[in-house]
Amino acid sequence: MHLQMKVCIFSTCIVDLLFPNVGKAMVEVLERFGCETVFPKGQVCCGQPTYNSGYSKETIKTFYNEIDALLSVEADYIVGPSGSCVAMLKEYKDILKDDPAYAQKAQILYDKTYEFTQFIYRVLGILDCGAQLDATATFHRSCHMTRLLKERTAPFVLLDHVKDLKMIPLNNVQLCCGFGGTFSAKEPEISEAMVDDKVNNIVATKAQVLIGADQACLMNIGGRMNRRGEKIKVMHIAEVLNHNVDLKRVKYVKDTDHQMVPANGSGVF
Amino acid sequence: MGLKTSNLTFDERVKKAKQDKFMQAAVGKAQDAQFEKRTRAREELGNWNGWRDLGEQIRQHVIKYLPDYLEEFSANIEKNGGHVYFAKTDVDATNYIKQVAKEKQVKKVVKSKSMVTTEIDLDKELLKLPGLSLMETDLAEFILQEDNWDEPTHIVFPTLHKNRDQVREVFQKIGYTGDNDPEHMGRFARKYLRQYFMEADLGITGCNFAIADNGMINLVTNEGNADLTMALPKTQIVVMGMERIVPSLKEAEVLDNLLCRSAVGQKLTSYCTFSAGKLADELDGPEDFHVVILDNGRSNALNTAFEPILQCIRCGACLNVCPVYRQIGGQGYGSIYPGPMGKVLSPVLDGGYENFGELPYACSLCGACSETCPVKIPLHELILEHRKVEMNKLHLDHSLNNVIFKTISVGTKTPILFKGALLGEHLALKPFSNKKENSVENLYPEGKVDKVPKIAPSLIHGWVDVRDLAEPPKVKENFRHWYDRHQKEKRGEING
Repeated sequence: MHLQMKVCIFSTCIVDLLFPNVGKAMVEVLERFGCETVFPKGQVCCGQPTYNSGYSKETIKTFYNEIDALLSVEADYIVGPSGSCVAMLKEYKDILKDDPAYAQKAQILYDKTYEFTQFIYRVLGILDCGAQLDATATFHRSCHMTRLLKERTAPFVLLDHVKDLKMIPLNNVQLCCGFGGTFSAKEPEISEAMVDDKVNNIVATKAQVLIGADQACLMNIGGRMNRRGEKIKVMHIAEVLNHNVDLKRVKYVKDTDHQMVPANGSGVF
Repeated sequence: MGLKTSNLTFDERVKKAKQDKFMQAAVGKAQDAQFEKRTRAREELGNWNGWRDLGEQIRQHVIKYLPDYLEEFSANIEKNGGHVYFAKTDVDATNYIKQVAKEKQVKKVVKSKSMVTTEIDLDKELLKLPGLSLMETDLAEFILQEDNWDEPTHIVFPTLHKNRDQVREVFQKIGYTGDNDPEHMGRFARKYLRQYFMEADLGITGCNFAIADNGMINLVTNEGNADLTMALPKTQIVVMGMERIVPSLKEAEVLDNLLCRSAVGQKLTSYCTFSAGKLADELDGPEDFHVVILDNGRSNALNTAFEPILQCIRCGACLNVCPVYRQIGGQGYGSIYPGPMGKVLSPVLDGGYENFGELPYACSLCGACSETCPVKIPLHELILEHRKVEMNKLHLDHSLNNVIFKTISVGTKTPILFKGALLGEHLALKPFSNKKENSVENLYPEGKVDKVPKIAPSLIHGWVDVRDLAEPPKVKENFRHWYDRHQKEKRGEING
């Protein structure tokens, strides 16, 4: 075994406030694969709710707080269960590039931070987490993870290796679910039409489980499905990769003939 | 029509669009079809992102040296005997064009498709001249004209919102008696329009790219109507946005490639024409050739964060991938420039935030537009930039939402307050939550909120009116408490 890797948990405010199971699953998976985790309590939120609403000045101190908190502990990596929030942390580098006190810290944050599935697949080099889930499922590909973080393949590779899980492709996977942070609450009419489109495509797959790597999107889609009375189980990918794990099934990329799939897949057109 | 197409409020337009199920189905179908065609055409070219880089470089270079290229271009036009007019505003442009029409005693005008002439409301202005008639010869624009000047809903496919039966009804008003077969209707339109071409004494076209080093106008079309508009009438007026310029034919080739593949999924449109005024040894072409170069607010973008929007080549790909455009269609935006590029451009042009201030908020920042843009305009970032200007600079929001956002900004920078929120939210939502049965598993272990009182802030209604909200976990069950316990247990294991 290598020296133990130290991972700082970036929980995201939405997991802190509403979805403890997602955070638990992520910590358990990381620890299972030999990471020592640490959770700095000063962290609050990546700042997207206000920054993306136009309150850029008011949000600067939120960025400072998050940087100070996440860098307050010695860790090799910072890992979070959300492509969108992680992409925001990585944007600090550009937003604060002229900030004498924080430019360098933002760069350190940028270099250390990974989204959960990215970290498992690309950093730890794990192909099969040893999980099992006897179900049909479809995956919602979140926009910020795909287009800002530019990671569009890691979750699919990992899900393909969950025992007994049958993945069904989602029609129009490229379309936004209509969450968009405060957009969903500020423009409910448009957001509703968008999420209905997404729900219709999910229902058409007849999948038993909806999986995603961004809990906020799942909260939006699931919330709409519950309102419409559509039957489905919603799981964050960390919960799936933490389900019925048998360590005997765990496989590392280096021990197989698997070729690492590039983050942008076959390219973007 | 002008830049602004509607006097309804944004909310009213959205409500209207949402009721138009036909439009939504038509837009969805068109987006899906274009998704396939565009992707295929780009793959076929190969090395797509390299081409995008090149396109971006060309456009950025031109914008940076815009005055020089405009000077070179206009000098070349004049050298060939043409006239150039720089129009500061829409009124300047239409006045000049009307003046030319008056001097030439124009009776019949043919026009080929041009967004910029719609922007300056040229048709309406020209029709004020006594004895002048005018015909839009692009098939889609022709349909809109005959449908009592209906507004375009897409910058490349203006009649995206109409189906073949609606087109047939429009044509029946001008003597069509056939069925709804597009080919039959197309043949009818062709014959109908041909007469106008033969009689027209003024042709007005737009411009895809103006070639600086030879003074030529590059137009790409699929119908050939622009070619007739250029070739037949004795006088031609080209109307172009001031940014629509390329250094030479070499750069036009790159941009035509990007444009056609992005706009319609073709490697090249059926017609790709380079033209100018009639030369001494030529048989056809206009004897009198005018180019109107329009600012109309474009220079507002220069040297600001919004400058990249001047890179736009009007391919419409951003409309075709936009999930908001998919739902509200072109008419939802209230600007002749809809979709992501319209959200960025409309407030920059002389419409301002007064007319288009809501548009930047009607966006989930999904980034599909930036990803597809063939000249790499960071569209969703510019949409966000508008929000920053509206909130941080102009302080345009005086509603309760403004107070809520400022409160959130305090809450998210202050760990001790957030800790309080982890307790407080629980209590605040408790009275409204219920444990009724859920069809969705694994999201509502503690119950849900599916209704809030009328007096709740609009932001809360925005969420809860559409979808259920999870009741937060009990304080002892939240992630932070679990993590503490978990670490203690682990240490206990290690020690024990």
